[in-house]
Amino acid sequence: MADIKTTDILVVGGGAAGLSAAAEAASHGAKVTVLESDLHLGGQLVKQTHKFFGSKDEHAGTRGYKIADIILNEIKECGDKVETYTNTAAVGYYKNDGIVTVMRGEEEYFKLQPKKIVMATGAQERIIPFPNNDIPGVYGAGAVQTLMNVYGVVPGKRVLMIGAGNIGLIVSYQLMQAGVEIAAVLEALPKIGGYWVHAAKIRRLGVPILLRHTIKAALGTEIVDGAIIQNIDSGELTHVDCDVICLAVGLTPTNEMLWQAGCDMKFIPQLCGHVPMRNPKLRTSHPDIWIAGDAAGIEEASAAMVEGRIAGLAAAEALGFAVEQEKFGEYQERLNSLRRGEAGEKIRSGLALAQVADWGDE
Amino acid sequence: MQLISEHPVLQYQHGKKVEFSFDGKKLEGFEGEPIAMALHANGVHIYRVTPEMERPRGFFCAIGKCSSCFMVVDGVPNVRTCVTPLKEGMKVETQRGKGAIPMEGETD
Amino acid sequence: MENEKLFNSGVLTCECKGAVLPPKELWENKKGGLVVIECPQRIPCNPCGTSCPTGAVKPFADINDNPEIDYSKCTGCGLCVAKCPGLACFVIDLTFAPGKALIKLPHEMLPVPAKGDKVACLNRVGETVTEGTVENVVEPLKDSTKVLHVSFDREFVNQVRAVRVVK
Repeated sequence: MADIKTTDILVVGGGAAGLSAAAEAASHGAKVTVLESDLHLGGQLVKQTHKFFGSKDEHAGTRGYKIADIILNEIKECGDKVETYTNTAAVGYYKNDGIVTVMRGEEEYFKLQPKKIVMATGAQERIIPFPNNDIPGVYGAGAVQTLMNVYGVVPGKRVLMIGAGNIGLIVSYQLMQAGVEIAAVLEALPKIGGYWVHAAKIRRLGVPILLRHTIKAALGTEIVDGAIIQNIDSGELTHVDCDVICLAVGLTPTNEMLWQAGCDMKFIPQLCGHVPMRNPKLRTSHPDIWIAGDAAGIEEASAAMVEGRIAGLAAAEALGFAVEQEKFGEYQERLNSLRRGEAGEKIRSGLALAQVADWGDE
Repeated sequence: MQLISEHPVLQYQHGKKVEFSFDGKKLEGFEGEPIAMALHANGVHIYRVTPEMERPRGFFCAIGKCSSCFMVVDGVPNVRTCVTPLKEGMKVETQRGKGAIPMEGETD
Repeated sequence: MENEKLFNSGVLTCECKGAVLPPKELWENKKGGLVVIECPQRIPCNPCGTSCPTGAVKPFADINDNPEIDYSKCTGCGLCVAKCPGLACFVIDLTFAPGKALIKLPHEMLPVPAKGDKVACLNRVGETVTEGTVENVVEPLKDSTKVLHVSFDREFVNQVRAVRVVK
């Protein structure tokens, strides 16, 4: 059929993992097609104004949105090897013939038949139950970042942040940079979940981080005009004045297409949801599908970029392109070092459950 | 518009300013930026009303995944306004309930 | 107990690995000051080490190591102050003027103060503890992270870690 587009490698998702996979695969000779559902490439990277952690290899010390530019430049250097689509979502995978249906905008559809696929579909925001959690003014942390850091729109005047993981802490700092006041950051656990230094930098600017606190209800009929928060230990309720409640209560891997493709999936709490089983080169149980980034388990963007490299390299290798075997070892070692610290403990234990040594079909 | 005028790190590059309508009212936004962002910048936060409970909904995820920001755009219901680019003269309306799909040849 | 809770919410309550003060004798007379890093958690991050031009922040064996300082090599240049993604590096100079201390700290908020401005000096929970004077504003890496040089009464040297611009 003439209307089916073909490509060597389809990368689903143009964020940190997907762009890295595309750059890696294309630089080894593969023809790559990248689909991105957002209006521009870069995924969550473009929303990050803070400097990244990690080492030089992961561009540590460089702000996230600049890292996106670095990888995009790398892709540009691959010339016509990489074709990118924005405002375009992969919406279905057909197991019998390996066809992917694609939606561009809200109305236009086409079909793609790739030889290999790297799923770098990222994650989506979780929500927690509380009365009125559906009214305008209750926003996901990523949405608030999009508003203020990508489009320069003021999200609100005074924000109550729910969750003191890295996202909650970083977005609080970013809100302050945008001139927005933070009423407080709430964390149900007795300890912040994100990096201690991220917490320290907002604490010293006067932001309260209330441990063992949760949101009891959002107030307002049509739009948020306050919140009731609760001390989990004492039960004490407090009224908070705010016009935005920002939820940073975790992410869930986006992996509908992996289910459609029949990949072996497993619920692994440490990786924040159902994730595909994978071999060391990040191939799923499906011989043509690799994974990288948050879709493979929620982790930092620095790790997502390295995983993208591995998946892109492995997919290119599977197509018969010459790849340097030692590169796999280098990338794996970089991942190991990123995961060796305190914060990597959860990831390590989760990955141990998601690993398959060998699919036995290679 | 409620825009961030000054930022310690970022410089914003906006596209061409265009006019569009929201429930019949004329508003301004930047071409190519998502409809939802343009509305938010204009102080519009309620994008639809749910079918059964008639609850107000605004945007939530801003990445086209949660369905919270569905609106009727140029007569088409259930448009994900957080990822649909704004165009000059667009007719954006609050979506009430599930929305009706326009039939061939039908005008509003 | 209260201290543990404070620490768990991002407030340093005592010296610990990755967050130590320089040795008194050396610090007292060291022109230009010495680095003070407050990074007590093992996280995968090493730009303080890789950006240090003199090797004063010792090279990391593992990227997750807490920073360790060779104070004899520190010149107080403040490059780590500008580079640290966690904004956890400071330089504190005790030789600035009698009875005064000078802190070099990162600043990524608006407004940016000007030389000579008075600022509120904040402790680790954002309370104003004293007033300071901005002695210099630099941007060593030209990447929007300003490094402010702020002088204040020396007795607050172990408290002041941020400033608020009052305009």
